[in-house]
Amino acid sequence: MHTHRRHFIAAAAATLLPLPLRAQTSTATLPFDNGERPLVTLPGKRPMLALTLRPPQLETPFAVFNEGLITPNDAFFVRSSQAILPTGLDPAAFRLRVGGHVETALELDLATLKRNFPVHEIVAVNQCSGNSRGFSEPRVSGGQWAHGAMGNARWTGVPLRALLDRAGLRAGARQVSFGGLDRPAMASIPRMVKALDIDHARADEVLVAYAMNGEDLPFLNGFPLRLVVPGYYGTYWIKHLSEIAVIEGEFDGYWMKTAYRIPDNACACVEPGTRPEATRPIGAMNVRSFVTSHRSGDSVRSGALELRGIAFDGGSGIARVLVSGDGGANWREARLGEDLGRFSFREWRLGVPLPPGRQTILVRAQAGDGSTQPFEARWQPSGYMRNMVEQTTLEVL
Amino acid sequence: MKSALRLAPLIAIGLAVAGAVSAQTLGYQLPPTPTPPELADAEAQVVVANCSACHSLDYIVIQPRGRGEQFWRDSVTKMVTTYGAPIAPEQAREVGTVLARRFGGAG
Repeated sequence: MHTHRRHFIAAAAATLLPLPLRAQTSTATLPFDNGERPLVTLPGKRPMLALTLRPPQLETPFAVFNEGLITPNDAFFVRSSQAILPTGLDPAAFRLRVGGHVETALELDLATLKRNFPVHEIVAVNQCSGNSRGFSEPRVSGGQWAHGAMGNARWTGVPLRALLDRAGLRAGARQVSFGGLDRPAMASIPRMVKALDIDHARADEVLVAYAMNGEDLPFLNGFPLRLVVPGYYGTYWIKHLSEIAVIEGEFDGYWMKTAYRIPDNACACVEPGTRPEATRPIGAMNVRSFVTSHRSGDSVRSGALELRGIAFDGGSGIARVLVSGDGGANWREARLGEDLGRFSFREWRLGVPLPPGRQTILVRAQAGDGSTQPFEARWQPSGYMRNMVEQTTLEVL
Repeated sequence: MKSALRLAPLIAIGLAVAGAVSAQTLGYQLPPTPTPPELADAEAQVVVANCSACHSLDYIVIQPRGRGEQFWRDSVTKMVTTYGAPIAPEQAREVGTVLARRFGGAG
């Protein structure tokens, strides 16, 4: 018993940070109408901006992105689709099932998964499809996020391909679907199941991850396993992953066929306020960049100001970052920081001379595939995929 | 925030021992979900009663304001037709009316 108890405490400590009981009264205000949010502390998390409490959805305070390229686990955003989360779990009893159109179905416990398969690590951004939805104009319904529904972590896990190879794909395998332990509030609400094409599922970077920044995944970020799909929006990164199914046809579940769809055209956009004629499932992230060292409304002294920020895209990597200190009249190329891989945040820095007055800083990244950020917002009915050039207004004294 | 948001004890960890095998359940509790001040009155009771079965009511009050009556009618319709919320048509109309009046108008 004694041994068990000590072991149990160690396991608990690895998973959950010690959390003080707090009564939160403070709020933060996001820079759009009706943007006031309570700051709450949920299990494994520091005070975060609460979007909703059931299901728990938390936005990362933007200042965190200036603390380092890796987003700490306790500050990593939380997006939950379904209301009933696994709030209690016996890791020894947990099983991951790999089945469907395979030669041999697998049922793996965590120890077997960690011991009998290759282990990969990758640094990758996870960004909610609706990150920055609150800036959409006209506004649309949904989670009213500012820019903090994204994070960059080092993920450790088993390549999905290794699991599929062990199970053995049967001829005609076309897609792979992924489900977790979370459940909808009512039986009439479709379960959160997503699918990837078979070639994508077998790509090097796709992992079944059991660790995030060297620790167990926080419960709210998918303990004990989550799918990691670098370069793709977070909707595919199924949390509490428990069921992997190879299918012959195209998966037709609600969250692929009806929800999380984008306009099926080159810009993935429509005239604001209108509906697209055709849609396709959301997929790879577009290129974005942000200033992290300053926020709009900050006062700074005139002269050379060292600016810093982050950029990322859907996996072609950041080629260059251009910065303007005068609202777009003149642009200079920023220095890029350490390269943690093509799916990671990339730091940029630049000293910009700023004369007194109100100055508008613009930052625009160009990705390895040649894509860049538009100067005007591209509108979608669901408020996905915002990536326009963001501006930061400084009062230069 | 007009009232303090009190969070329940955040970690509940159970240790169950059955025979020679010990099951070690890790877990946590999520906080209670208070009714936002914007919906804490008698008229809004129809909203509280019909919407909170599936989600906390903060999901409603964070939505953009001033988007007109149809915005809220569409939202309620989606909950009923797409997600199968068991709300009687009469009640659904009333929910839409209350939400549109409170959150749909300009200003």
